[in-house]
Amino acid sequence: MRGQKSGWSLGLAGLLAPVTLWLGLFFLVPLLLILAYSFGTSGVYGGITLGFNPSNYLKVFDPLYLEIVVRTFVIAAINTLICLLLGYPLAYFIAFKGGRWKTILILMVMVPFWTSFLIRAYAWVVILNGNGVANKTLQFLGITDGPVNLIFTPGAVTLGMAYAYLPFMILPLYAALEKFDPRLKEAAQDLGASKWHTFWRITFPLSMPGVIAGSILVFIPSAGEFVIPNLLGGSRTVLIGNLVQQQFLQARDWAFGSALAMMLAALLLAAILFYVRHVGTDKLEGV
Amino acid sequence: MKETRITPRITRGNFLRVMGAGAVAGSTLSVLACQPNTNAQQSGGNGGGGGGDAKKLNFYNWSDYVAESTVPGFEKKFDVKVQQDFYSSNEELLAKLQAGGTGYDVIVPSDYMVSIMRKSDVLMKLEKDKIPNMKNLDPDFKGLSYDPNNDYSATYQWGTTGILYNPEIVKGEVTGWDVMWDERYEGKIGMLNDVRETFGASLKRLGYSLNSTDEAELDEAQDELEKQKPLLRGYFGSPEGGDLVVGGDLALAHVFSGDGFSAIAENDKLVYIIPDQGATRWTDNMAIPNGAPNPDLAHKFINYILDAEVGAELSNYTYYGCPNEAAFPMIDEAAKNDETIYPPPEVFEKLEVIEDLGEATKDYERRFTEVKSA
Repeated sequence: MRGQKSGWSLGLAGLLAPVTLWLGLFFLVPLLLILAYSFGTSGVYGGITLGFNPSNYLKVFDPLYLEIVVRTFVIAAINTLICLLLGYPLAYFIAFKGGRWKTILILMVMVPFWTSFLIRAYAWVVILNGNGVANKTLQFLGITDGPVNLIFTPGAVTLGMAYAYLPFMILPLYAALEKFDPRLKEAAQDLGASKWHTFWRITFPLSMPGVIAGSILVFIPSAGEFVIPNLLGGSRTVLIGNLVQQQFLQARDWAFGSALAMMLAALLLAAILFYVRHVGTDKLEGV
Repeated sequence: MKETRITPRITRGNFLRVMGAGAVAGSTLSVLACQPNTNAQQSGGNGGGGGGDAKKLNFYNWSDYVAESTVPGFEKKFDVKVQQDFYSSNEELLAKLQAGGTGYDVIVPSDYMVSIMRKSDVLMKLEKDKIPNMKNLDPDFKGLSYDPNNDYSATYQWGTTGILYNPEIVKGEVTGWDVMWDERYEGKIGMLNDVRETFGASLKRLGYSLNSTDEAELDEAQDELEKQKPLLRGYFGSPEGGDLVVGGDLALAHVFSGDGFSAIAENDKLVYIIPDQGATRWTDNMAIPNGAPNPDLAHKFINYILDAEVGAELSNYTYYGCPNEAAFPMIDEAAKNDETIYPPPEVFEKLEVIEDLGEATKDYERRFTEVKSA
């Protein structure tokens, strides 16, 4: 038996050093700082005294804040589902029917990233407001007589969130479907499976890595979202992201804000572990 | 007044408070320590208190908040250069000072922020013998609660927080806060996305102080806000609220006076009122941060702004309230007679300055979250 030495070499260490430094400096240190802050005591005028003060975490279990946590997760889950329902057919189409247009079609999915998200969110404000394109079109088509309330409604928030995160669903789905061997479909059909059967028994299970990766990529930022509810929802509802922001900027309670942020991170981790375990870890491989 | 140049400062309403915060919360903590400097400045700004150029004043202000003649006049008079930088929220200013970002000689924080800054030790005590023009300040704008002896600040401009409305939609005479609770305008009303202002409006409507910390009064004000919420289109920043009234999405918006006037400049049918139950009277104030490179020149600048003529030119440009009594005779007639800028004494008496409430800030914040979750 040949002894397989684990591949540590100077070269590899050299290659890993920059990313280790990067993650350490810009991920680990801030995270530890927030952890330390979450056990601190907030000064009345901002700032924080470090120490061991678990009361920030007890405050999180206030029913008012728990309700916000539940609301946030429900909204994030709904958004994930919407993105999956919209994104799957599109990714399927591009992967199997795209032909020589594939690259251009995938590029078009990514084009929105060329502009700042805030500008695109403001574009929705312009489209949906009383004098906006949407209202003008509805009136032109005779569907409505006057301007209807489109902007600053729960519907506008749903739309904005699906718009913002759809590409994060499409790209991993496309990556998973693109690798799919079409001969498997032919084989299934040769063996007498209907198209419907082929999809549910062959194609969909094999695209699960993409479904899982896409869902995670959409769910996490959706749960931390706070700009869209403010911009398109008129700040009528509070999500965890808004709550964290308020603690830092208005209430000047950095310790509680940090505890909320840590709790959000822990809950997201738990949700993802549950999801991955439920659907099957092995399916994540290959993404 | 319509013909006069009205140049509202976009900023009192914390231009995109949502978005500024967006940038902050994106990388939650680190940003508070080093807010990105969106307003490029020249090398003079990073002196860090190291002596500084005796010929240069670093003025850190809200944007579009000086008359065209203000800065050139000072430069000429004292043969110096003024470097101007701009911020868009009090919190941004505070974060910068708390992070040790000195290099500024004169800053213009609002009332409650003066109080926070005093308590967090970032302001330099004013040497009053260097500011003889302090005597020009209207007694109504001296010794306010956030700085009882004017040891740290001198009022720059002032204004109110009231209601902007479209009389084509809102029928009858609008005099007080009740219209913001009027079911006829359901879905057409916007309140400020600002806990103290919105609770302040509710407290004032009930006849209480907007600085109340009385649990029963706050409970009542919160109940009223929860009743109001189904009628609201949303909670907005002040400039956004003004724009929405201009655009027709709102019939009524709770706004800072400057944003009200800028909306009126776009559509002169709109009306801004100061509710008769009273409202917020806000002030912006000149102060010198600790570590200012050039405190001597800073005192000269504050004294210069408090000069009667300079003060009048300033307010004739900004169209905000002029706190300079000596300047008042030189204020444009149109502005002087505008009761929404200079309310009659019986209304002025009912205006209140928002005070920083220390620990109670958290209680207000929690209540506002409850209102929004209702």
